[in-house]
Amino acid sequence: MNLQAADFKARAKEALNDTQLQRAVPFVQDRLRSGRVQAAEALGNVEEWRELLSEIRMDTIDNLDSYLEQLAGNVRANGGHVHFASKAADAVSIVSRIAEENGARKIVKAKSMITEEIHLNKHLEEQGLSVIETDLGEYILQLAGEKPSHIISPALHKRRGEIAELFSQAAGRKLSEDTSELCAFAREHLREAFMEADIGITGCNFAVAESGTVVLVSNEGNARLTTSLPKIHIAIMGMERIVPTWNELDLALTMLTRSATGQKISVYVTGISGPRQAGDLDGPEQFHLIIVDNGRSDILATAYKEVLKCIRCGACMNVCPIYRHVGGHAYGSVYSGPIGAVLDPLLEGYETAKELPYASSLCGACTEVCPVKIPLHDLLIEHRKDEVEQGYTPQMEKMSFGAFGFMASHPAVYSKAAKIASAGTTLWAKDGYISGGPGLLAGWTAGRDLPQPAKQSFRDWWKEKGGARDE
Amino acid sequence: MKVSLFITCLSDIFFPEVGRSVVSILERNGVEVDVPLTQTCCGQPAYNSGYVKDARKAAKQTIKAFQSSEYVVAPSGSCAAMVRHYYPDMFEGDPEWSAKAAQLADKTFEFTEFVVRVLGIDDVGAVCEDSAAYHQSCHMSRGLGVRSEPVQLLSRVEGLEMKELPYCQDCCGFGGTFASKMSAISEAMVDEKIRHLESTGANMLIGSDMGCLMNIAGRLRRTGKNIQTMHIAEVLAKGMAT
Repeated sequence: MNLQAADFKARAKEALNDTQLQRAVPFVQDRLRSGRVQAAEALGNVEEWRELLSEIRMDTIDNLDSYLEQLAGNVRANGGHVHFASKAADAVSIVSRIAEENGARKIVKAKSMITEEIHLNKHLEEQGLSVIETDLGEYILQLAGEKPSHIISPALHKRRGEIAELFSQAAGRKLSEDTSELCAFAREHLREAFMEADIGITGCNFAVAESGTVVLVSNEGNARLTTSLPKIHIAIMGMERIVPTWNELDLALTMLTRSATGQKISVYVTGISGPRQAGDLDGPEQFHLIIVDNGRSDILATAYKEVLKCIRCGACMNVCPIYRHVGGHAYGSVYSGPIGAVLDPLLEGYETAKELPYASSLCGACTEVCPVKIPLHDLLIEHRKDEVEQGYTPQMEKMSFGAFGFMASHPAVYSKAAKIASAGTTLWAKDGYISGGPGLLAGWTAGRDLPQPAKQSFRDWWKEKGGARDE
Repeated sequence: MKVSLFITCLSDIFFPEVGRSVVSILERNGVEVDVPLTQTCCGQPAYNSGYVKDARKAAKQTIKAFQSSEYVVAPSGSCAAMVRHYYPDMFEGDPEWSAKAAQLADKTFEFTEFVVRVLGIDDVGAVCEDSAAYHQSCHMSRGLGVRSEPVQLLSRVEGLEMKELPYCQDCCGFGGTFASKMSAISEAMVDEKIRHLESTGANMLIGSDMGCLMNIAGRLRRTGKNIQTMHIAEVLAKGMAT
């Protein structure tokens, strides 16, 4: 996929013509979403769980300052270092500084969306550091030079043959498409990386304020190796990824894994409360927690505040019909699917992400499954509203809706306009259908026929019937 | 009982037979129907596109048109959902209009919802010898929570064999201006819907929203596929004793 393609529509078109992607994305999406449905049924009262988690998340967001303070205090008390980064660049330079101060050369990473958001790898590599992704999906993407196309299944768009090719190149020998052979290669290669690494970098699924603990959820064990083998562990979190106590963590984890993959719990859930203590058999000598703002505090006072409740489960992508057809890369930003369409314009601005709020039919499937009840499709309308107000929409469209507003509030004009439009369309009509035309007609008729307006409208029939209530 | 028909712009201009079917079903069940002709469009195209000021103009007109109505019934889940969910939001903080919007929201119903829930009827005495699948439109099922009512009504139509539509909860790709603005994605979506429809072997697709049906029918026609689409009111009005 050409990430440089000028706009969303162009990237989407490319995705629609990519036969491999067209097979792969729906295949994985079906598995993930049916997993969620089964898990929700098994939970029984999933609506109550959603409501409760939504309230807890909102309350946490509303009191973010005090929870962050509590978290930072407890991490320090556990012997860890806490850094606040207000911008992406700050977060990157904190990591660089730690690497430099400790003479580090090699870094292993566990999958983390926030490090994608701040483009960490690129900057570290520019500094001459070697960075290896250890999540299998991320490792595949690193070899392919791509970005994640999904929050939890970053390489879901890739098929086995392509992976075998990438691994063969990395191995310098021909590997078969056999899963066990491919995994064996990755395991062997990554093991070496774990042993040699100076720094392990992870994200953070949740940070527990009351104990200063970073909690990581994974299915491969790579996160555990990343946090325990190198002598320095750096965890990077978005400032909203916080839960007050272990009780809320319990609830959040229950909903996270079920919403993401349908699992009751993931294979590994790791809690890290600071560096190795005296008497510990393993663990890093230094533990750093970087808490990243990067535009989040600007969202707090806006209509989009609820987006900060997101626990990054990806359930919205797994049900989204747009995501299903174009995959994650078409969004052209860090986060894809419905949550990406809401979040990316907030993090990056309309200049680069103005099309994303329109990448939705507003069907509401995303809102229906969100475990923290973010009104995703309503927030997409909110973006459209802001884009209109800030002048990001075409002048022609503005004029059309202005005319619409006038006609819709003047029934006599509306009725006349409908008649004129009806007569006007005969220019393009054939056998009662229109298959061409200007403006919005062109978009519609590119792949669909449009019926010609009826010869007698309903209101004319009603008047003729003598049943009018004209007031 | 008196009902004001909210005809909706699509039914008024493109599919008047839908409105005529609704009128005949309601009248046959003892309901007095009137149609305020000062109604225009609910404003959804403008609202969903972010033109809230223009949408508000349409909404005010709709509110005024139905001010004296006892019940308002629309043959469209999407327009009913617009009135019920977004009208109160649109006038939040406006003391005069928010009360009026809430009042209209409370008395507005989608057609099948009204027949089953308010009139308490699930058999209108229709006859239709055919096989069909039912399309759950998004705003009606997710927005209004109306899923079982149309299915209930269709299950009582004599001679009608209903087939289960796989992935019935998935959007057909209409989405108002989405279909025009993002036409390539929309087409991929409607094509998938049609593949699922074809897998049922049904001769006909029935829906409760002309937006979705216009999209699916338009694609069926363009791709030369011989499956009919019909609004549920047309099906229910069929074969009724005259």
